[in-house]
Amino acid sequence: MKQAISINVNGVDHTSEVEPRVLLVHYLRDVLGLTGTHVGCETSICGACTILIDGQAVKSCTMFAVQADGSNITTIEGLAANGNLHPVQEGFWECHGLQCGYCTPGMILTSTQIIDRNPNASREEIRRGLEGNLCRCTGYQHIVEAVEYAAKKASA
Amino acid sequence: MAKYIGKRIKRTEDPRLIKGLAHYVDDIDLPGTLHVAFVRSMYAHARITGIDTAEAMKAPGVVAVYTGKDIATKIGPVPCAAALPDLKVPDYRVLATDKVLFVGHPIAAVVATDKYTARDAVEYLYPGVYLEELPAVVHVIDGVPTSPVIHEHFGDNIAYKLTSGEGDIDAAMKAADRIVTQKMIHQRLAPIAMEPRGVLARYFPGEEELTVWSSTQIPHLLRTQLALMIGIPENKLRVITPEVGGGFGSKLNVYAEEALLGWISMQLGKPVKWIESRRENMQATIHGRAQVGTVEVGVKNDGTITGLRYNVVADLGAYHQLLTPAIPTLTGLMLSGAYKIPAIQMNVTGVFTNKMSTDAYRGAGRPEATYVVERVMDVIARELNLDPVEVRRKNFPKASEFPFHTATGLDYDSGNYDGALDKALDLSGYQKLREEQKKARDNGKLIGIGLSSYVEICALGPSQAMPAGGWESATVRIEPTGKVTILTGTSPHGQGQETSFAQIAADELGVDLNDVTVIHGDTGVVQYGIGTFGSRATAVGGTAVLIAIQKLKEKAAKIAAHMMQCDASRLSFEAGCYTREEAAAAAATGKSEPVVPVGEAPGGALNEVPTPTNGRTKLTIQEIALAAHIAKEIPPDTEPGLSATYFFEPKNFTFPFGTHICVVEIDKDTGETKIIKYVAVDDCGKVINPLLVDGQVHGGIVQSIGQALYEEVIYDDQGQLVTGELMDYAVPKAAQIPWFETDRTETPSPVNPLGVKGVGEAGTIGATPAIVNAVVDALAPYGVKHLDMPMRPEKIWKIIHA
Repeated sequence: MKQAISINVNGVDHTSEVEPRVLLVHYLRDVLGLTGTHVGCETSICGACTILIDGQAVKSCTMFAVQADGSNITTIEGLAANGNLHPVQEGFWECHGLQCGYCTPGMILTSTQIIDRNPNASREEIRRGLEGNLCRCTGYQHIVEAVEYAAKKASA
Repeated sequence: MAKYIGKRIKRTEDPRLIKGLAHYVDDIDLPGTLHVAFVRSMYAHARITGIDTAEAMKAPGVVAVYTGKDIATKIGPVPCAAALPDLKVPDYRVLATDKVLFVGHPIAAVVATDKYTARDAVEYLYPGVYLEELPAVVHVIDGVPTSPVIHEHFGDNIAYKLTSGEGDIDAAMKAADRIVTQKMIHQRLAPIAMEPRGVLARYFPGEEELTVWSSTQIPHLLRTQLALMIGIPENKLRVITPEVGGGFGSKLNVYAEEALLGWISMQLGKPVKWIESRRENMQATIHGRAQVGTVEVGVKNDGTITGLRYNVVADLGAYHQLLTPAIPTLTGLMLSGAYKIPAIQMNVTGVFTNKMSTDAYRGAGRPEATYVVERVMDVIARELNLDPVEVRRKNFPKASEFPFHTATGLDYDSGNYDGALDKALDLSGYQKLREEQKKARDNGKLIGIGLSSYVEICALGPSQAMPAGGWESATVRIEPTGKVTILTGTSPHGQGQETSFAQIAADELGVDLNDVTVIHGDTGVVQYGIGTFGSRATAVGGTAVLIAIQKLKEKAAKIAAHMMQCDASRLSFEAGCYTREEAAAAAATGKSEPVVPVGEAPGGALNEVPTPTNGRTKLTIQEIALAAHIAKEIPPDTEPGLSATYFFEPKNFTFPFGTHICVVEIDKDTGETKIIKYVAVDDCGKVINPLLVDGQVHGGIVQSIGQALYEEVIYDDQGQLVTGELMDYAVPKAAQIPWFETDRTETPSPVNPLGVKGVGEAGTIGATPAIVNAVVDALAPYGVKHLDMPMRPEKIWKIIHA
């Protein structure tokens, strides 16, 4: 039995009928075609599927689309404003915070939350904040630098 | 000349990735796509007594169900490319036929209209799969398991036995003052690319063309193998690797699912997609390492090594994937480490077990060798009461001794091991660290210092030493509008060759970096190539790019000479322009020539002949490219167009090296290891892009930290996979990782004109022993001489609280 949901994604309202068991990440990817949000583990460990729901970083692989009914969602595709990269996106580019890029959308969205919560986060605090996101390529150091770059840029 | 090479240039591939606009396999959406899901064995070893597909076929949305019996004769076996003497190669069907041999072994494929329905159908099918469980062969820790025999017709579980090495090992051992012996376990690891595997296949029955999108590191080799497996002509099969989310060797393979999806698409005439779940990835994507060995080293009392013998059992898993049996032979090649060892012998026994196959995981056999050698150096130092630095230095070949022949049959190309060691000692403040350690110990703190002076074998490799060719290809074109296109046979999946190859090309052609596009991973577009693995892409593939450009420039110079009515020998090339010598001389005296600005493509419609030259004495390479395509002003004996292809065959491997120093502190209450300092000095020859090299080093070290401290694929006594998800398999997280201090020495390789050696695997090869050595050193007050990986808190806590 399908259920009607209304979700605002990246500033656009969407109304859809979905099966209650459809995961939010599959709704975003398969129904809305926003494939920047990735699936890496299906157990909310790796964080590749991280999005912002009402400003909070959430793993969309372990949430049903129906649970997001009425919420405002930001995915990686919606982060750049008016064609300008978000400071975190810029930081990842400048500091080589990505290699294969698969964890990157989730990493970037988690990083925006780290900076939002604490613009002066120490390296230690940034690393703690990234614990829910796995990267197998970079060894994290360049990601930490990217977040530092973004924090500086955002507060400038 | 070098405007780009050697610079920290940020990557050109990044914008699409940071905006979420890149396309991995699962992001490609073809209309009418059907979805495939697999019924996989829940047992390590069982006989299939029957499969009833009726229930599953009745489920709404199910289009087809295929079992091993349906397709046994229709799709060829999963290939093994390793050729070893007397190697037993099991018949590895894409779906199990009579027996299942590991947890995750595919039994049946279900095709349905969407992925949820396909997964539902798998659940409907499970009760119809009748399995009779058999005892499993799981552990090799105590040697070769004799019963049961997994592949009955082989008579035992030994896949092969091999002895390698040079020198008189018995005499070498006799010449020693003592023999140092140590048993070591290299635990089974999972590569864990963040993007699991995935395949999309589309067959056009009219054109008889099959396209397979796969998350692979080897598009061309995959095309050849799939063509053979499925029985489609290779020139009707196109393999595309879109964005690939990491590989680490796990996608340097040909998998059952890749062939099966292609074949199913041909049966149904529709696109079919399968995206691996993480659970499937843990079960049925190759694992790495899994060796248990004992090293014996003959050593003089002053620390001089006389010989080394390594007897090892390699746990191969149930079948051979592409390179499974060959991986331990790479261990044998690297057992000389960074040292002069007159005699070396490895005796390896490859064993079948009821587990997923092992194969190339980042480092692929070399981390095992480095670990053996670097770990035993510390054991020797402890026995002889010498500083670990001293033992290493004593046995290094000097920089003047290169090329250096090892008793494993290799010729190391170039090196300065003392140089890298000295730099690492300086950077870490080694002497001071030792003093601090002493003080800390006096205060009851557990501080350990470990080092590793590694050598690795990269740029795989000369074709003579490779199963399927070791060269690499490149085509370089300058398009009529002056844009540069590079087609590389390598298949980057995070390494950044779209940038580093563009750096090589932009410098060599004198054009802007942003005017160069690097295309890879599409067999319909790119000439045959070997792929990305074995730290080979830049050293072999980058060299192919360089030489292709040089070929292209020979032709461009000929056209330029014709256009400027002079002999090619009178032209100079600089900053993207060909200049007649006398013009160059005139320019030097202040007279200027009318030229199109460098880096700009010539304007105008293509049918407009760019005339002239009108006595011009300076032409950009872009103008020459346009002229070459319009072909009205080229020499009569010259082909139109401006492109060149080169297949580069390296004459030797390259041998990067370095020294890593790790300092750890162990929490006595929890047994937890914290890395408090990490210094890495790597020498990967000439560096094209230091930013990318740092990234490779960091990432590799973290995978080493994972192996040393956290990661292990665990099968229980019944062969059940205990670490079946990322909830159970401990991939390192950001907060577990220290800040790395990296530096380099630069010893160019004489093997290729770029002087590069490769760096993709340095971290996973060099770092593991440094970390383990540090932990063992920290635990020295408890009499610990060796500890097997992973050194989890529990293991350490038990030692402290014994």
